[in-house]
Amino acid sequence: MKHKHTISVLVENHFGVLAKVAGLFSARGFNIDSLAVGETEEPTVSRMTIVVHGDDRIIEQIIKQLSKLVDVIRVEDLSQDELIDRELVLVKVQATVSTRADIMQIVNSFRAKIVDVSHESITIEVTGGQSKIDALLELLNQFGIRETVRTGLIALARRKELVAPEREVVKRPKAAGIKKVKKSG
Amino acid sequence: MKMTGAQILVRCLEQEGVEHIFGIPGGVMLPTFDVLYDSKKIKFILTRHEQGATHMADGYARATGKVGVCMVTSGPGATNTVTGLATAFMDSVPLVCITGQVVTHAIGSDAFQEADTVGITRPVTKHNYLVKDVKDLARVIREAFYIASTGRPGPVLIDFPVDVSRAETDFEWPEEICMRGYQPIPKNFAGEFPKRQILDIAQAIKKSRKPCLYVGGGAIVSQADKEVRQLVEKTGIPITTTVLGLGIFPEEHPSSLRMLGMHGTHYANYAVQNCDLLIAVGARFDDRVTGKIDGFAPHAKIVHIDIDPASISKVVRVKYPVIGDVKPVLQELNKHVTDKRKQIRPWLNQIEQWKKKHPLKYKKDNVLRQEYIIERVGELTQHKAIVVTGVGQHQMWTAQWYGFKNPRSIITSGGLGTMGYGFPAAIGAQISRPKETVVCFDGDGSFQMTMSELATVVGYKVPVKVIIMDNSFLGMVRQWQELFYNRRYSATVLGPSNPDFVKIAESYGVYAVCLTRKEDVDKVLKKAFQHRGPAIIHAKVAKEDNVFPMVPAGAALDQVMDMA
Repeated sequence: MKHKHTISVLVENHFGVLAKVAGLFSARGFNIDSLAVGETEEPTVSRMTIVVHGDDRIIEQIIKQLSKLVDVIRVEDLSQDELIDRELVLVKVQATVSTRADIMQIVNSFRAKIVDVSHESITIEVTGGQSKIDALLELLNQFGIRETVRTGLIALARRKELVAPEREVVKRPKAAGIKKVKKSG
Repeated sequence: MKMTGAQILVRCLEQEGVEHIFGIPGGVMLPTFDVLYDSKKIKFILTRHEQGATHMADGYARATGKVGVCMVTSGPGATNTVTGLATAFMDSVPLVCITGQVVTHAIGSDAFQEADTVGITRPVTKHNYLVKDVKDLARVIREAFYIASTGRPGPVLIDFPVDVSRAETDFEWPEEICMRGYQPIPKNFAGEFPKRQILDIAQAIKKSRKPCLYVGGGAIVSQADKEVRQLVEKTGIPITTTVLGLGIFPEEHPSSLRMLGMHGTHYANYAVQNCDLLIAVGARFDDRVTGKIDGFAPHAKIVHIDIDPASISKVVRVKYPVIGDVKPVLQELNKHVTDKRKQIRPWLNQIEQWKKKHPLKYKKDNVLRQEYIIERVGELTQHKAIVVTGVGQHQMWTAQWYGFKNPRSIITSGGLGTMGYGFPAAIGAQISRPKETVVCFDGDGSFQMTMSELATVVGYKVPVKVIIMDNSFLGMVRQWQELFYNRRYSATVLGPSNPDFVKIAESYGVYAVCLTRKEDVDKVLKKAFQHRGPAIIHAKVAKEDNVFPMVPAGAALDQVMDMA
């Protein structure tokens, strides 16, 4: 059975990390529905929210393979918990004098915002969960959607925090290749 | 103390205990090689191709468990390491590869000898770094060795721009490492594996009437040969190994079923297909091992002990997973198991019958065959040599006929199947274990992919013994063409353009001899083994022999083809 999963990933805020994560998905043939990334409350850490479809085996592999990446600090499948998820969408809809009022009514009832109006179009900003956005887009479709852009879903778990652990020092176990490790100036 | 990046790099490598580095210099690596010139602790081995350097570092690592190190220049130097990195990555070999890079401000400008090395090598390394600030260098090197050698080992690449090698900073050796994203054994699976899981497995073993052990390279990495042997001897459970697991348990032992899989023994494959409990230890259910997945071990509950959580339930559904280092897991398990020989007598009898009915065999006539040569080398070296192979028929025959009994005695590209691996890997293995006999069985196809390393053998007086099994074909592909493509030998005929390998070797000043007759095998081998330096034996073997038994691709393991 395929399910939608929202996976929250804390990563080191370095260059190249996004490529490592994206490369993992392409190399292993996992499909990403959406991916959103940005800095967290801790500036050295970024959070990626990745939405994927897959059966249990695929999701298990995605989580395990993500966890193996050295730059990935924590991985959590939020779908198991109650989660708050939001996406921001800008949508430019065809509008004439005769349809403008109808569009505005729909926008109001969805508590969306009109951010630009021109002779031929209205641009709407809407924030919400997947179902609200899908419903709005479906309604606007009748007027003719000219262009849309979506941020991808971002999400937090409702009742717990996913934060990076304190940096802990690894006292280095002697590896096979190490004869002696001396302190030097 | 102020030091340049190049000085810091060399100092850190010395601190990490590196004694040998394999590679080739180049423009952007000049500052580093200039420092290396004065190192008293590190010997640089100049190879003739960067692929050779990575395979040497790989053979060096597999023969000892130490981290192998290679160092190459930017652009083509770096791209030439990709095959070697991928080979090491597939077989979990600890490597650190240092590649030169153009000056940081030119990165992305298509500069001379520039390549996006971290981009290109990302899918074939455990981790990689681009060092943009000399202040990060010491930490990065320390982390690289730590990542390469711990957990499930693997190659780590450090891309090192030339301006960073010239920049100066205060050097301080980072005694401690701190990485929040890397735990050798993942945190959520706790440093301590749950004892309850071990007890569950012990219970499953107790109940099982038809148990079978399936052990892979992870047990060798974990140095768990004693523990594996103890488990087998204590319980009497029969054991089969993957090609990378060969040597974890002596093959002449009555409990050994030898290798399983596509070219494994009938009895190993039958045991897997008929067992009720399959205990997988440090193995990853490769398709060459399992055959058709839907038909694999259909009656078995599966136990899987592995350090890599992503290996578990990747290919087959596992009933009893344990994530942990094989050695301590088996130590704990061994405390809870008892002798099962009486209880599973019918199962052991059944296996004995399979062994009697379907032994490994080859035609014992007067033709010079690879199996015979390999068997004789096994005898003459008392099964104690370090055996390295290329990829193809000779590789599978080596796995079948040498008779392995020590861990780290077979060095072969199991996962990636890299032709050309054998000869350079043998050089690396010999350099890391100079007192041992290192024998490389190679194919005429494989050898020609990396034979330029003859110069390396000469340059550093590396006494490897190479037996080139010249059957005038890309033999394994030809075998498939014979069996499944109506003998249409499309692009597999090497014969007419093969060189005289003796003359090639002699032109480098390497001792070489041609072997054509079966009755000369012992004489030629003994002479080569007694020779103090490197030796090449050009064996002109039967041309159209096939490796059997064989499970065709896509068939279940018990659908075995054998010679008529």
